[in-house]
Amino acid sequence: MMRRFLALLQARNMEFLRDKSSLGWNVAFPILLVFGLAAIFSGDSRPMFRVSVLTTPAELAKKTDSGPGEHRFLQDPFIQFTEVSDQQLAIGDVRLHKSDLLFDPTSNHYWINLSSEKGHHLEAILLGASSTSPQRLEVSGDPVRLIDWLMPGILGMNMMFSCLFGVGYIVVRYRKSGFLKRLNATPTRAVEFLAAQILSRLLLIMALTVAVFIGTNLFLGFRMEGSYWLLFVTACLGAMALISMGLVVSARVSSEELAGGLLNFVTWPMMVLSDVWFSMEGSHPVMVAISKALPLTHLMQASRAIMLDGAGLAEIMPNLIVLATMTLVFLGLGSWWFRWQGD
Amino acid sequence: MSTLNILEISQLIKQYPDTTAVAGINFNVPEGSCFGLLGPNGAGKTTTIELLEGLIKPTSGSILYRGKPLGDDFRQQAGIQFQSTALQDFLTVRESLELFHQLYDHRLPLQQVIEMCDLGELLDRDNRKLSGGQRQRLLLAIALVNDPQVLFLDEPTTGLDPQARRNFWELIQRIKDDNKTILLTTHYMEEAAVLCDQLIIMDSGKIIAEGTPDDLLNSHFEDVIVELPSDLLPESLPTELQQQVLHRNDLIEFASNDVNQLIVSLQSMQVPLQQLRIRSRTLEDLFLQLTGKELRA
Repeated sequence: MMRRFLALLQARNMEFLRDKSSLGWNVAFPILLVFGLAAIFSGDSRPMFRVSVLTTPAELAKKTDSGPGEHRFLQDPFIQFTEVSDQQLAIGDVRLHKSDLLFDPTSNHYWINLSSEKGHHLEAILLGASSTSPQRLEVSGDPVRLIDWLMPGILGMNMMFSCLFGVGYIVVRYRKSGFLKRLNATPTRAVEFLAAQILSRLLLIMALTVAVFIGTNLFLGFRMEGSYWLLFVTACLGAMALISMGLVVSARVSSEELAGGLLNFVTWPMMVLSDVWFSMEGSHPVMVAISKALPLTHLMQASRAIMLDGAGLAEIMPNLIVLATMTLVFLGLGSWWFRWQGD
Repeated sequence: MSTLNILEISQLIKQYPDTTAVAGINFNVPEGSCFGLLGPNGAGKTTTIELLEGLIKPTSGSILYRGKPLGDDFRQQAGIQFQSTALQDFLTVRESLELFHQLYDHRLPLQQVIEMCDLGELLDRDNRKLSGGQRQRLLLAIALVNDPQVLFLDEPTTGLDPQARRNFWELIQRIKDDNKTILLTTHYMEEAAVLCDQLIIMDSGKIIAEGTPDDLLNSHFEDVIVELPSDLLPESLPTELQQQVLHRNDLIEFASNDVNQLIVSLQSMQVPLQQLRIRSRTLEDLFLQLTGKELRA
C-alpha cells in the first residue's frame, strides 16, 4: 500500500515540478502581487485622524446612533470617532497604529502611541478642547503597514487557487483523459490515489509559500509578532481544508469546463468575503455569517492574528478547530463521492 | 493451451437506461489461449471487455476468474491495454513504466519488459513524444509489468500503419508463446486470423458465432472465392454463372463449390483468365454473411 502511495506521490510531484509554466506562475503571481501592492500602498493614504472613544458595553448597547458625545473634542468634524467598549483591545489598536488615540471621557484619560505623529497632533487638539487636563497614558509599538495586513491575504489567495485548481482541476483532467480509468485497472485503491494527490499538493504549496514568504520578507520585512511555527501549522491546516474542498468539487466531474465553473464558484466568494483584500468586520451580519463558513476566512483571521497581534495557540484555536473540522468533512465527502470514471 | 477455463462468463447482461449493451452472453476463455472478440462498432465488445476487466459492474450475470468472482487476485494478475490511455504528463517512458511497476506486488524485472517490448532506446523520451506504434508498445509494456496471467488488449493496433501493426503482432505472438491468456478485441479480421485460437463474433450485444477460426469458416462455408476484374466479363451472364456471383464492382467475385466447372464456363465465354485469383473464405466474409455489416473501425 505504502509503495503504491509513494509511487503515485513521486509521479505527481515530478509532473508538477516539470510543468515549468505552471510552476513559474505559482511562484511569480504572489511575488508580483506582494511587491506591486507594496509599491502602490507605500505611502500612508489614510485621510483622517482616527480616535477610539471608550464607553461601557451598556452605554454602547443603548446607543441608537454612533454620533460623538458631549465633549467638545468629540464634536470635531475632521476626526473619525469610533466608540469601543473593550479597553485592552482598544489600547492594542493604538499600539498597532490602527487607532491614532484612545480617549475615555468618563475617567478623562487618553492613550497615545509615542511613535504616532497623528497621535501627537490629536493630543494637542484634545488638550485645547478640554476645560480640565485629561491624563496622558503612553503606549509604544510600530505601525501595521497596509502591506503587512495584505501579505497574508495574498499568500492565502495564492494557496487557495493552487490548492483548489491544483487538485480539483488535475483530478478532473485525469478522469477525462482516462488516466484514472487506467489506474483503476491496477490494484491501486482510491484512498492511495487521493492521499498521494493531497500530500503532493500540500508539500509543494507549502514549499512554495514558505519560499515566497522568506523571499519577499527579505525585502519588505513583514511584521511578525507571533510564532513562525504556529503560522506554519495554521497554513498547513488551511491548505488541507482547501485541498479537501478541491477533492469534493472534483469527486465525479469529468468535464474540465464544468470543473472550471465550479472551482470559480467556490473561489470567488472567498476572494471577496474571506478578508483577503478588506476586513469583513462591521459588514452585514448575513455576509459575516457567510464569511465564517469559508475556510479561507479562518486561515486569514488566524494568520493575521499570529503575525499582527502575536496571538498564541489558545487565541486562534477556534479558527484551527473550524479548519480541521472542514478538512475532515470535505475529505469524507470527497472520498465518498469519488469515482474513477465519470458518471 | 490448457483445458482449464481461466474466465467463465454466464448470462452476462449490461443495461444502460437507453440501450442494452450486452444482452445475456455466455462463454469460457481457456487458459493459455488467445481469445478474440470481434464485432462492428456498437456490437458491445468494448463493454464486454470492460465488464471482464472489472471496470464496470454488470447489470446481472457472473464473471469468474479461476472459479472465483473478480477480486484483489484478479487485479494483481490481470494486464490491461485500453484502446487509448492517457499517461501522466511530463514523465518519460522509464518513469511511466516505473510508476505502474510499483503498483503491483508480483512484478517482472523492468529490464525484461523493456527488452520484450523493444523500448530500450526510448526510455528517456517524454511519453507525449512517442509515435503511435511506440506508444502502443509502451502501453503494452505497462500491461505486462505484473507478469499477468491474463492480458486484455482492446483494439491494440487501431490507427497503426501496416508495418507497426505487423511488429505488434510479432510481439503478441511472443507473449502467446509464454502461455499467457490473451483477450483481444479487434476490427481487423486478418489480425484475428493470425493471433486468435478461439473467437466470438458479437452483434447488438449478442454472440452470433463462436469457435476456432477454422471451425467457424468450415461450418459456414464449403465454397471458395474466384475473383476477376469486372470489365473482362459481359454485363449479362448466363444463369448458372449469375447464381454464383457474390459481389460485383471493380472486381467480380464468384462463390463456387466447383472451381473446375466455373473455369470451364469462363473459358467457353472466351474470358481471359490471366488475372483470375482464387482465395479461401475469410472471417470478413463470414461476418458479412452473418450480419450484413462491414467490419470497419
